[in-house]
Amino acid sequence: MTDITSENTGRPLAHAVRNILLRWLLLALLGLFALYYLMPLFVMLTTSLKSLEEIRTGSLVALPREVTFDAWAKAWSGACTGIQCEGVRPFFWNSILLAVPAVFLSTLFGAVNGYVIAHWRFRGSNLIFSLMLFGCFIPFQVVLLPMARVLGIMGLAGTIPGLIFVHVVYGLGFTTLFFRNYYVTIPQELVKAAKIDGAGFFRIFWSIFLPLSLPIVVVTVIWQFTQIWNDFLFGVSFSQSGTQPVTVALNNIVNSTTGVKEYNVDMAAAIIAALPTMLVYVIAGKYFIRGLTAGSVKG
Amino acid sequence: MAHILEVRNLVKNYGSVEILKDINVSIESGEFLVLVGPSGCGKSTLLNCIAGLEPINAGEIIIAGRNMKGVSPKDRDIAMVFQSYALYPTMTVARNITFGMKVRGVDAATQQAKLAEVARQLQIEPLLNRRPGQLSGGQRQRVAMGRALVRDPKLFLFDEPLSNLDAKLRVEMRIEIKRLHQDLGASMVYVTHDQIEAMTLATKIVVMKDGQVQQIGTPSEIYNRPANLFVADFMGSPAMNLLPARTIRNGSGTQIEIARDGEEPLILRDHWSPDLPEKVIMGLRPEDIAEAGYRSGEKVQTATCKVELVELAGADTYVVSRLGGKEVTARFHAETQARPGQSLEFAFDLAKVSYFDPDTGQRLN
Ligand SMILES: Nc1ncnc2c1ncn2[C@@H]1O[C@H](COP(=O)(O)OP(=O)(O)OP(=O)(O)O)[C@@H](O)[C@H]1O
Ligand SMILES: [Mg+2]
Repeated sequence: MTDITSENTGRPLAHAVRNILLRWLLLALLGLFALYYLMPLFVMLTTSLKSLEEIRTGSLVALPREVTFDAWAKAWSGACTGIQCEGVRPFFWNSILLAVPAVFLSTLFGAVNGYVIAHWRFRGSNLIFSLMLFGCFIPFQVVLLPMARVLGIMGLAGTIPGLIFVHVVYGLGFTTLFFRNYYVTIPQELVKAAKIDGAGFFRIFWSIFLPLSLPIVVVTVIWQFTQIWNDFLFGVSFSQSGTQPVTVALNNIVNSTTGVKEYNVDMAAAIIAALPTMLVYVIAGKYFIRGLTAGSVKG
Repeated sequence: MAHILEVRNLVKNYGSVEILKDINVSIESGEFLVLVGPSGCGKSTLLNCIAGLEPINAGEIIIAGRNMKGVSPKDRDIAMVFQSYALYPTMTVARNITFGMKVRGVDAATQQAKLAEVARQLQIEPLLNRRPGQLSGGQRQRVAMGRALVRDPKLFLFDEPLSNLDAKLRVEMRIEIKRLHQDLGASMVYVTHDQIEAMTLATKIVVMKDGQVQQIGTPSEIYNRPANLFVADFMGSPAMNLLPARTIRNGSGTQIEIARDGEEPLILRDHWSPDLPEKVIMGLRPEDIAEAGYRSGEKVQTATCKVELVELAGADTYVVSRLGGKEVTARFHAETQARPGQSLEFAFDLAKVSYFDPDTGQRLN
């Protein structure tokens, strides 16, 4: 693209035309893909802004004739999740109360674990790392029963701290892997220099490793937040009526309506439930890419 | 004088591999010890052991009279400069230099005073607010030195501090390090595999190979009287000529006979080295072989040799011939008329000749 002008010397017109054609073809193709991916969102958004009447009579892909936020209001604070009719609001807060500490703790522990495994090797550290990696591949379903038992013993069954615990434990394998892989690119000599300077384990972590960690923290936070916010299985298994996360509530709203199906409310609730993860991507997305491709740290 | 550093019978293993084998080294206050050896011979490992960054398997390390067993790196009164400089990437130059003092709880005023002093000494005042990423290689090198200097330690440890610099900068920094050593009167252990650095900086050189000390001596001892074939070959550039030879004792002394393909053997007389076995390897530095007529002395002898190659090197011309089945490099003056294919009189100066046992490799004279 940059050397269109330099290529002009030979047969300028033919070249220019071909370049432009190629460019447009590419754009058209990309546009098509984008459209394909945006279609469901478009349908959700338009449906959530229509009245039930209009949904019944109109076409699925048509724009709303009359924009109304009634469905959103109902989804937020009035829709029924079983016998209770308070919308997704209380569950939304449950999810926040659950996701924020769980993301924070799993990221923090992952960082410390990764730091230890990358730079403070001890006898058996490789084995422990392998076991943690193995933990990443254990399917959710396998841990359900043992975890229920553990939560019961700890007296955390059906509570939000219990769910936090589950997510922190389950996420640790991933977060440790992320941080370990990032920290092994930090030269060992940096740690040696700091040791000679008199810094200890936590001082080195705090003063040298953490300030270097922004890209990988962003990656980990996005990953963990998405996992935890979107989780349904743990949420439905380890919560009770007052502590359910928003995903469980969404399921209940969609499944427990009697009589007419309120598609607009369902769609609005689904968008509300998805908003936080979208927000996180929008805010931190550019760091996400950067973090995934971040290489060694050059002093 | 008191030893600043003593390493006694040090052994270091990584797993089942013995990396350092029974190392014994000591330096006195103010000495500049250079560790040289090929890559992988254990120089960095030895330095890390001295610094306390790697545990040792046997032996003792004594710094300034104190046994370092169980003493952590920060309490050893040492400072270390690493090959990669290991500057803290997120801290400014000033914070890099003061970090150690901050960790130790030195008060802010003292920190600033020391920082200013070191910055002036190394001429890095304009850089103090930059990050390491915004510095050139040479500047980073200075900052790394600065971080070591503020500690004012009993012993400096340098691990190939110049190997990442380009040739010109390396020479500059070499001179600067030498000056620092003279100004501070500090004791230093310096790792390099550049033998010119070793020769120019050291007051004492330790040549290592495969985790074993090959020779310890002053630069001139190492250069002129290498203890074995390895040291002879390793130190010096171009390398010492090592020629298989036969000795014949006759009435007037010892005759050294060096075979040549298709020609009469080259005969040199050495009346000064007694008791050589029949088979030896003779070592002669390129500068001890000159064009006939350009070298005089009691032990100079001439012989005709065939020139194979002529290499111009500015101040000198290296002339390559063949003796005992090996290439022999001679150092001629710059204006020599020697041409490849020519037969020429060479002058062999045996004043600094070395003899080695072909089997053990040990020095014989
Ligand atoms: N952490 C380690 N685990 C196992 N072996 C190691 C470790 N560190 C170094 N070694 C081995 O110890 C030997 C000596 O390494 P060392 O780094 O001391 O060499 P060096 O003399 O400094 O080489 P160079 O000039 O290349 O820096 C090498 O064979 C190396 O493979
Ligand atoms: Mg090394």
